[in-house]
Amino acid sequence: MRAANALRLTVLVLLVALVMRPKWFEVAFAPLAPVGGPVMYERTSLLSLSLNHLYLVIAASGAATLVAVALAILVTRPFGVAFRPLARSIANMGQTFPPVAVLALAVPSLGFGSGPTLVALFLYGLLPILENAITGLTNLPPAAMEAARGIGMSRWQSLTRVEIPLALPVILTGIRLSVVIALGTATIGSTVAARTLGEVIIAGLLTNNTAFVLQGGLIVGLFAVLIYDAMVQIEARLLHGARI
Amino acid sequence: MTQAHRRLAFSATGVLFAILGLGALLVPFMTIAANRIVEGDGMRIWNIATPSATLPGLAAVVAGLLLGLPDNMTRARLAGAVMGLAGLVWLLVQGAPALLEGAGAYARVSPATGFWCLLGVFLLLAADALAGMAPGPVMRAELLATAVGVLAAVLWSGALSDLSIMQEYASRRDAFLAATWQHLGLAFGSLAAAAALGFPLGILCHHQIKLRSMTMPVLSFLQTIPSLAMFGLMIPVLAWVGATFPGAQALGIAGIGFAPAFLALVLYALLPVVGNTVAGLAAAPQAARDAALGMGMTPRQRLWRVELPLGLPIILTGLRIVLVQNIGLAVIAGLIGGGGYGTFVFQGLNQTATDLILLGTLPTVALALTAAIFMNIFVDLTRTSTDARND
Repeated sequence: MRAANALRLTVLVLLVALVMRPKWFEVAFAPLAPVGGPVMYERTSLLSLSLNHLYLVIAASGAATLVAVALAILVTRPFGVAFRPLARSIANMGQTFPPVAVLALAVPSLGFGSGPTLVALFLYGLLPILENAITGLTNLPPAAMEAARGIGMSRWQSLTRVEIPLALPVILTGIRLSVVIALGTATIGSTVAARTLGEVIIAGLLTNNTAFVLQGGLIVGLFAVLIYDAMVQIEARLLHGARI
Repeated sequence: MTQAHRRLAFSATGVLFAILGLGALLVPFMTIAANRIVEGDGMRIWNIATPSATLPGLAAVVAGLLLGLPDNMTRARLAGAVMGLAGLVWLLVQGAPALLEGAGAYARVSPATGFWCLLGVFLLLAADALAGMAPGPVMRAELLATAVGVLAAVLWSGALSDLSIMQEYASRRDAFLAATWQHLGLAFGSLAAAAALGFPLGILCHHQIKLRSMTMPVLSFLQTIPSLAMFGLMIPVLAWVGATFPGAQALGIAGIGFAPAFLALVLYALLPVVGNTVAGLAAAPQAARDAALGMGMTPRQRLWRVELPLGLPIILTGLRIVLVQNIGLAVIAGLIGGGGYGTFVFQGLNQTATDLILLGTLPTVALALTAAIFMNIFVDLTRTSTDARND
């Protein structure tokens, strides 16, 4: 556990240094840059790109979580059961759509920039959460449901005090999946002129500057790994707390 | 009373589809633009051609929506979806030449919001009806083959060749064919490589808990790295390999192109392959294991005759995840010179040519959907055969 924490701290420090002090890495990256060309990407501040990237992911995933969980609750109530197979098919088949295709298809209708990226992230992010939330809310232990009814809980109480807490682990896994996909899709968003960290990689690809590609790739990769790890930790904490 | 009630019952989803579908009739069905770059003018469904030409298609669309309404009549609902889809194709076939007439040599017609919404509604209606019919794997395979066959026939016949996307295709037929092979090569080649690597690794992990607890977290972290970053990070690695090892460049290993894309896809594919192999091998029920032990099977025999056959559906599900995921991710290869449909997507984005974007995305989506349905059928077939063997 201590080794894992030391590793986390190292990765975090490396990431912060890469974002805040790119100059420090110039020596290491120089062999990859074209002769006489710039070594580190400094056209825009990496911090503002990082913040914008995170903002897109948080806004899209937050909205996707709210809508997907609400939809899942609706189709698992008696009045919404008729729509459940449809919601399942949409979640299943929708996830076979490649995220980059969703992004590209959003451009003709919404134009370039952060707007289409946000919409694509939101739409695509809905599906894993919806799928997991429906699975979680339909595979509840019958004994617990019976007990909730037995002690005279109303439908609302049963939902908020029994069903959602019991389905929470599965829902959280869906949210984590969705955030990971959103981080990746936001990176590709820079091909449609969204201001994200993908910009550094794209700039490197366009100018044949491998140093930029590596710099951008490292920052995005470290961000993703740290966020994924943090979400796994949060899930473990929440579940541990719930069990006590 | 209940009998009569049931006979008249409306399907809730059918009502939703009818409302959405009728609403979609009111927004532009096709657009006509002066050339391939500028934005087009929207045309409502009744303005795309003469009334006598549009009426049959319009009637089929409305009838399809109405057939989707009754509950408990899944065959009629499926027929409604088919009728509606046929109506949409009819309208495109009638509308495209009519709109192009006298519109100039560079004019382009494309399906617009109304078409795409109705297409989505009828596909969902078909999916909803099929979910109600719960067809077995064989029937699903027949349906899939029919759908692919009809789609291919419609595209082959040239009836839609006046549409802008088909004109984009016609002007780069060879490039499209090459991209198709590259895309398939990337998706299926990386699947094969990942299976060849991941399968033995999964078997090893199944036996050695220590190896498993080291491998799985590394593979899950690999999976979280955003695709563009992963593809980018492969560039310096393979550039170094190409420059360092003699003969590597002759094999086509270089910083950009096919090789880094392929390697990135293999790395992404490893987690589902290894993870599902481990899960599949562990899924054999204890009774089957005990029986195998009791019969005096060696560990190798147990693996090949008991654990593998019983775990096959789960292992194949892993391959399904990989295939669908890699068909989508292979689009990113277009950014690093790796070819595939992504070439058209990113060219289209650069030129703001919507139909070029579609020429890249629609085949990708169709390929991913077909692969997903096909693999689902395959998994179900192995599942029913192992179930039969168990009985």
